[in-house]
Amino acid sequence: MASSPKIIVIGGGLAGLAAVIKIAEMGGNVDLFSIVPVKRSHSVCAQGGINAAKNLKGEGDSTWQHFDDTVYGGDFLANQPPVKAMCDAAPSIIDLLDRMGVPFNRTPEGLLDFRRFGGTLYNRTAFAGATTGQQLLYALDEQVRRYESEGKVKKYEHWEFLSAVLDSKGICRGICAMDLRSMEVRIFPADAIIIATGGIGAIFGRSTNSVVCTGSAQSAVYQQGCYYANGEFIQVHPTSIPGEDKLRLMSESARGEGGRVWVPKTAGDRRDPKSIPENERWYFLEEWYPKYGNLVPRDVATRAIFRVVYEHNLGIDGKPMVYLDLTHVDRKILDRKLEGILEIYEKFVGDDPRDTPMKIFPGMHYTMGGLWVDFNQATNIPGIFAAGECEYQYHGANRLGANSLVSCIFGGFIAGPNAVRYARNLQAAASNGHFDSERKRQEEINGGLMKAEGNENPFKLWRELGELMTKDCTVIRYNKNLQQADGRLCELLERFQHINLSDRSLWANTTVAFVRQLYNMLQLSRVIAQGAAMRDESRGAHYKPDFPERDDKNWLKTTKAYFAADADEPKFEFEPVDVSLIPPRARRYDVAK
Amino acid sequence: MAAKKSVLFKIKRQANPKAEPRWEEFELPWHSGMNVISSLMEIAANPVTRAGRTTTPVTYDSNCLEEVCGSCAMLINGKARMACSALVDKLEQPIRLEPFSKFPVVRDLAVDRGVLFENLKAVKAWVPVDGSYDLGPGPRMTMEDQEAAYPLSRCISCCCCMEACPQFNEETNFVGAAAISQVRLFNTHPTGAALKRERLAALMGDGGIHECGYAQNCVEVCPKDIPLTRSIAEVGGAVMKQAIGDLFRK
Repeated sequence: MASSPKIIVIGGGLAGLAAVIKIAEMGGNVDLFSIVPVKRSHSVCAQGGINAAKNLKGEGDSTWQHFDDTVYGGDFLANQPPVKAMCDAAPSIIDLLDRMGVPFNRTPEGLLDFRRFGGTLYNRTAFAGATTGQQLLYALDEQVRRYESEGKVKKYEHWEFLSAVLDSKGICRGICAMDLRSMEVRIFPADAIIIATGGIGAIFGRSTNSVVCTGSAQSAVYQQGCYYANGEFIQVHPTSIPGEDKLRLMSESARGEGGRVWVPKTAGDRRDPKSIPENERWYFLEEWYPKYGNLVPRDVATRAIFRVVYEHNLGIDGKPMVYLDLTHVDRKILDRKLEGILEIYEKFVGDDPRDTPMKIFPGMHYTMGGLWVDFNQATNIPGIFAAGECEYQYHGANRLGANSLVSCIFGGFIAGPNAVRYARNLQAAASNGHFDSERKRQEEINGGLMKAEGNENPFKLWRELGELMTKDCTVIRYNKNLQQADGRLCELLERFQHINLSDRSLWANTTVAFVRQLYNMLQLSRVIAQGAAMRDESRGAHYKPDFPERDDKNWLKTTKAYFAADADEPKFEFEPVDVSLIPPRARRYDVAK
Repeated sequence: MAAKKSVLFKIKRQANPKAEPRWEEFELPWHSGMNVISSLMEIAANPVTRAGRTTTPVTYDSNCLEEVCGSCAMLINGKARMACSALVDKLEQPIRLEPFSKFPVVRDLAVDRGVLFENLKAVKAWVPVDGSYDLGPGPRMTMEDQEAAYPLSRCISCCCCMEACPQFNEETNFVGAAAISQVRLFNTHPTGAALKRERLAALMGDGGIHECGYAQNCVEVCPKDIPLTRSIAEVGGAVMKQAIGDLFRK
C-alpha cells in the first residue's frame, strides 16, 4: 500500500486531534471530519484537570499508584495492561502539553502545580484554572492548524459521519458522510478510519454533555458489526447544576480545592445556608467516608447524595438538591484556581459561589462503555479504530476524575500510529462497488425520512427517550424496570417509523441530521438497558439494590454487545477481564486502600 | 390567573444564503430558568408561530451550552452575545434574535465564521514544538506569567468582538481583535516567541492592526472579559517597532 496512507479521523476532540498529530508526524495524510469546527468540540467542557503521577509534591506518588487508583476506582473491570501503559505515559503527555503552551497553573518556583481529585489521596491533577479541557483542546487544535496550513491535514467541518464503507470481505475502505449545509451525501475512501466521537449524553436527554454527544457514530458502526462493550456503565457526576436545556457540570476540582458537600440536618430547614450553624449541618460524605471525605469517587458520591435526598428526605427545601460549599475557601485561591466554573454558576444561576453555597445534584456525565477495541485501539472490523470516550478501554466500571483527558490523548496517540501501520500493510480491495452501494443506502434513508408522512415529532420522541433512560438506566437499577425500559425502547423505535419531519428543505436542515442521530440513539439505548438488566451484581457505577455486592465469580467479565441485524436487536457475549497485574480486592473508601 | 406568563420572541429567518430574510414571532409559556437556547429547543419541538402558522425549527449553531465552545453567538436584542448564557428573565421582550450581520448567513441564525480560523492560520497562532515525542518538560514559567497568559488563552473564537467592531468590514479587511490577542499570547510564550517576527509581519499589510479605530466595542462585548484593547495596544506597539526596524534594515 501507499507509503503515505490516507487516514480518516472522525471527531476533533482531544482523542481525534491527538491521533491526527501522530499520523501527520508519521507522514500520513488525514481527512478530519467533525460536526462542529473542531475547536468547539466537547473536550472544551472538561474543567478540573488531567492526571499524571509527576510526584512534584513530595508525596511519594508513582505511576504504579496512579494505575492502582484507576483500576481500583474502576472496580477491577478494566483490562489492566492498557491502563498501566496509560498511567506510565501520563507524565510525558503532561510535558508535551506544557511544551505546546498550555497555561497550566504554576507553583512559586515555576513548576506545574497539582491538586487533588476524587478516588486518590495524592495531589496528581495538573490544571489550567478550571478550564483545563478547553486549554488542552486549544493546544492540540493549534498544532493541527499548523499541519493543516502545511497541507498534511484537510478538515471537513460541518460534516456528519453516517457509516463506514465495508468491502465484500468486511474490511473498512472509507466512510459515508453528509454535508450539514448542502445535505449532500458523499463517500470518502481511506485506508483506515478512527472513530473519536466522544460521549452519548443525548441518550439521557439532559446531561453534562454537549449537543453533539449523541453516540450516533458509535451506534452506526455497532449496527454495521462492531462490538460495543460495557455499555451499561454510565457515570452520573455527583455535582451538576440542574438546568432547562442541560445539566451544567460543577467540577470535582471544587471539592479538590476544599469544597464540602452538606445538607441541613432538619428537613425543610429554610434558613439562609450561611446562617445555619456548623452543628446543624450534615457533612454526610465526610461522616460516611472519613478517609476520602468529599473526594470519594463519583459513583460513591452520587449514591450518597441519592440516599440523603430520597431515603433521608433531606434535600434542600425538599427538592433534589444538596449544598456544595466553597464559602470558607480564600477568595484569592478560588479566583486563581476555579474561576471558570464559578463564573458558570454565577452566569447561569445568578448567585456568587464565593458568598453562598451552590445548590447541586447528580447529572449524567460520561460513558465508561463504548466501542470494543483491542490493546492497539482496533475494533473487530479491520480498518476501524476508536479512541477517546467512544471506546471502553480505560475506566472499567467507573472513571476517576481527571482521567478522561489523559485517556483521550493517550488513546489517540496509540490509535493514530496503529492506523498508519495497519494501512501500510493493507491490500487493495477487489472492487469499488461497495462505495456506490453504501452511498445509495444512505441517500435512500434520507429520502425515506423526507417523504415520511407520520405524526410523530422527533424532538418529542427524544424527550421521552431521555426521561426513560434517566429514570431507569442511571444511578439505581431494578431488573423489572430495565426490562420494561427495553420494551418502551422497542415502542419508541416502532413510533420512529411514523416520524414526521417538520423541515423538508434541502439546505442546512438540522432536523434531518437530528432524526438520523435519534434512530442511532434508540438502537444504542437497548444495549445499555439490556446490558444493565443482565449484569446481576453491583460494580462501580452499576448499582442494583437487589444485588448489592460485586460478584467476581460470575461477573468479572466484559460485556460485549453485537447487533443482530436479522432480529434488529443486540445480542451479548462476555469476555474475561485481564487482571494479570493487580489481583482484584474489595473496594472501600471509608479507609485507606 | 398568571396571565403575564409567556415569553415573546421575534426571530429573523433566512432559508439560505441567497434568500430574503423575514421575521417570525413565537410565544412560549414562561417557566423559570429559560434561556435563549432552551427556548429555541422548545420551538423545535413545536414549530408553530404566534399567528398559529406551522413553520420549520430554527437553524442555529450550538454545542456546549455553558459558554465555553463559542458556537451559539448571535445578535440578541441587537447585542452580540452567546445565546446559552442569555437568560430570558434578564432580557427585554419581545426578544429579538438575529444572525451576526458581518458574516455570511448560512441559514436563520447560523453564520459562517470560518474567517477567524483562517486568520489564526495567517498569524501562526501556535507554539512551534519540535514534535510530539517525549522531549522533557516545557519552559518554567512564573505564576505571574501564567496568570497573564491564561486569560488570553480563554478566547472561545465566538467572533463577538469582530461583529461589534465598526472597523471589521469588507472595506478594511480588518483581522479583528481575537486574532491580534492570540498574537500577543503566542509572542509572550518563551517557545512561541520564535515566530514573533512572522506574526507581527502578518499584522502589517492589508487589514492589519492599523485598521483598529479604538472604538473599544470589542472589549465591551467579549463574553470572557479578555483584555482585548490592551492586547491591541501592546501588539500595535510591537508592530510599529518592527516596521521601523525593517525600514532601517533595508
